[in-house]
Amino acid sequence: CATGINMQAAHWLAPRMTRQCGNDFQEELVIRPLHSGDIYASFQFRTVWETDFMRGNKVSHYRLFPKSLGQVISKFSVRELHISFTQGYWRTMQWGQPFQPSPPGAELWVWFQDSVTDVDGTWKELTNVLSGIFCASLNFIDSTNTVQPSASFKPLGIGNETDHRFLRYATLPREIVCTENLTPWKKLLPCGSKAGLAVLLKSEKLFHSSFHSQAVHIRPVCQDWQCKTTSWELRQTLNVVFDLHNSAQGKREWSLFKMFSRTLTEACPLASSSKIYIDITDNPQGEQFEVSPATPLLSQAVVLGDRRTFSVYDLTQQITFGTVRSLNLLIRWKSSEGDMLRPLLHAERYVAGYGLQTGEIHTLMYNNHPYRSFPVLLLDSVPWYLRLYIHTLTVTSKGKDNKPSYIHYQPSKDRLRPHLLEMLVQLPPNSVTEVTVQFERALLKWTEYTPDPNHGFYVGSSVISSLVPSIVAMDTNSTRERPLFSSFFPCKEESSYFVRVYTEPLLVNLPTPDFSMPYNVICLTCTVVAVGYGSLYNLLTRSFQIEEPSPGLAKRIANIIRKMRGVPPL
Amino acid sequence: IFFFYSIHLLHTADNAGQFFSSGHTNNWAVLVCTSRFWFNYRHVANTLSVYRSVKRLGIPDSHIVLMLADDMACNHRNPKPATVFSHKNMELNVYGDDVEVDYRGYEVTVENFLRVLTGRLPPSTPRSKRLLSDDRSNILIYLTGHGGNGFLKFQDSEEISNVELADAFEQMWQKRRYNELLFIIDTCQGASMYERFYSPNLMALASSQVGEDSLSHQPDLAIGVHLMDRYTFYLLEFLEDIHPASKTNMNDLFKVCPKSQCVSTPGHRTDLFLRDPGSVLITDFFGSVRKVEITMETINLTDPIKQVEQRKYSYVDQLPVSEIIHQKPKQKDWHPPDGFILGLWTLILLVFFKLYGMKHLKHIF
Repeated sequence: CATGINMQAAHWLAPRMTRQCGNDFQEELVIRPLHSGDIYASFQFRTVWETDFMRGNKVSHYRLFPKSLGQVISKFSVRELHISFTQGYWRTMQWGQPFQPSPPGAELWVWFQDSVTDVDGTWKELTNVLSGIFCASLNFIDSTNTVQPSASFKPLGIGNETDHRFLRYATLPREIVCTENLTPWKKLLPCGSKAGLAVLLKSEKLFHSSFHSQAVHIRPVCQDWQCKTTSWELRQTLNVVFDLHNSAQGKREWSLFKMFSRTLTEACPLASSSKIYIDITDNPQGEQFEVSPATPLLSQAVVLGDRRTFSVYDLTQQITFGTVRSLNLLIRWKSSEGDMLRPLLHAERYVAGYGLQTGEIHTLMYNNHPYRSFPVLLLDSVPWYLRLYIHTLTVTSKGKDNKPSYIHYQPSKDRLRPHLLEMLVQLPPNSVTEVTVQFERALLKWTEYTPDPNHGFYVGSSVISSLVPSIVAMDTNSTRERPLFSSFFPCKEESSYFVRVYTEPLLVNLPTPDFSMPYNVICLTCTVVAVGYGSLYNLLTRSFQIEEPSPGLAKRIANIIRKMRGVPPL
Repeated sequence: IFFFYSIHLLHTADNAGQFFSSGHTNNWAVLVCTSRFWFNYRHVANTLSVYRSVKRLGIPDSHIVLMLADDMACNHRNPKPATVFSHKNMELNVYGDDVEVDYRGYEVTVENFLRVLTGRLPPSTPRSKRLLSDDRSNILIYLTGHGGNGFLKFQDSEEISNVELADAFEQMWQKRRYNELLFIIDTCQGASMYERFYSPNLMALASSQVGEDSLSHQPDLAIGVHLMDRYTFYLLEFLEDIHPASKTNMNDLFKVCPKSQCVSTPGHRTDLFLRDPGSVLITDFFGSVRKVEITMETINLTDPIKQVEQRKYSYVDQLPVSEIIHQKPKQKDWHPPDGFILGLWTLILLVFFKLYGMKHLKHIF
């Protein structure tokens, strides 16, 4: 896995500069208390580097940007790379929308540059290299779980051409996330886990949570408002939701120490900005919860279609740490009334049917807006061993048939390609849209089963991308200084914002053979053959001979003496 | 960047003599846990405790190939996530905060293990998954799991036999992939796995003889499973006393876990090893040799000259509805043009009637 060499020693003594040799590093942490008593913390670390990886330029001097990722980008001509590792499922109805959505397991989608001639070969090599960097089994990504979406997953960075031949998307819903994935992820940060917000990333607390997701996003961005040159942006995000009963023992009182078992003592010296935002929109007069130490800095940002107010703690100012030189934010709840804003779009998916032969996949998409309808793009990638019967595909809203305005279906090939289904569906206001399709389970060859086949086989999450109408006007000026969490998805128009929702992955049982049967059959056959053939052979070929019984000891000695004398034996 | 660090500059002459007599310049470790499922927690704890000792004594992560067949730390049955304990009452977390697992889950197969040993991996395999040893490397190989007389079970679905293992080591010897190799196995009837070795410079230790079972040490009531196997538990306790400059030799390692503590009889094999085990240090295999060469040269780094392009860039629309609706999916498969099939059949019919005469025509129409 990645062996990053941090040359931080010289920088501890340097004064903080905002832009150093075209490298810029910002870090932030957003804490949002949730209505159920849980708490959502989102870390974002952003490194921007003014260099040009395109068109095969050789770069050899790395400063804040990690060398392992820089070499990957230049060697495989990557235009955009998004990889995420998630443990747990994001519950949209209880927690709202996340800042960066991610499906359970591992997800990787990459846009290659148009200079790449063999996209599939480059994709295979890229997944192998990434599996070494992140200590994950990404080498299991091959043609059986890779798809080429035709309309979803447009590039998040700048670019003028979008030929979907250069896009590849794959998920591994079975992938486990643990400390061995967090360790190389932390080593990509300029300050490592030694200073700044990354000291809070302790695995024993992070994995004892309801939801944990870490991701790396690399894309080209505009360098300035004129957008004539590009620079490379690396965003490392970590979203975690701590459970009220697991981590806080049922008491609605959260602090940095309780969440992360650490407090903050300083910002990363290499960072140009290091901030903590606490969402206090639901608490305008302080009647729901109380935040201490109090801070005079307030900030408003439009994120996910809503104007939210945040208390800001600037870690680059020494005054934030107070006299004790350490910052331990405390959020104490006083009352628990108030409703959460219902998310406008969420989705569910489940398998219906019984038995091990057929079944039905149901996907439900909820539009909770009272009077506006909006289009959603549904991407479904089903493995080849669930044979979908596309003629049974139905899309119904409010009991009536809802014909999608765009369908792209690529059928599967056994052991080569999965199914790909993409549909653009208009969701009527305040309704549930149900997409159903029947399938039949295939019988796998006995070597294709995993060592634990009775666990079941996973089907990756469906992806629903949509432009949801926004309550407040979104900010389309992409170059103003904004907090990192509000600038992840680019915004082109003011009245709607882009959101991506992932459904649950499915776990289906395939008909599993009894793996002890080959051994049983071999034993039985060999026994029958040995006993039957052996007895027959003996009967046919055995011949009997008369044999003298062996003489006693005295006679044997006498025979030896006689032999020596030259006389015939007894 | 190569680090060359000379440890013995400050030591006396006889230590320097010992340094040059060991004959190796780098250390590697291949640590494999072959068991799946939660009740085999102890095998993962075994492997991680050896990993921890080996890291502590100096072998870096880039020289360790760690293969864990299942994930215990973040398993949903683990009451304390991101931890793997070796002592009951949760005294020692061998998983730690800085662990890098190279092969995990379904990747731990007999094929991958043998490919790692012999070096015959596909070209796109990353460096962290390769055993890049040379003829001056000392390699430590540790296997644990469920085994029997002559085989070791991988993940409940396949097995490796002692003959295959011996052949793999012979391949390594012929390709000069090791200088000396220490093989430790902690399974039931482990001694059967080293019976078939025939390559030189191999030393082997096993936790039990043929016909005996290796037993587990102690369960933890909070976690609900057995935490460690006996042999590796006492091996860990022995290794905790070793530090990078320690002078303990192999004879002490052979004495680890006598029958009174282990219930099974640990065995060892040194007949293929050229040196006397008494002169082999523990740190020859569990620690790491690193030599540092300091250079006084300076290299000038110049900034590259940037060419400023005058194109104007913009962000892409995330959901361009009208574009998507009017987008036609490209047809990849070639179908013959319409009418081609019809024309082809017409041609065939015409040729047929020309050859055999028009009298057959009435039978068709």
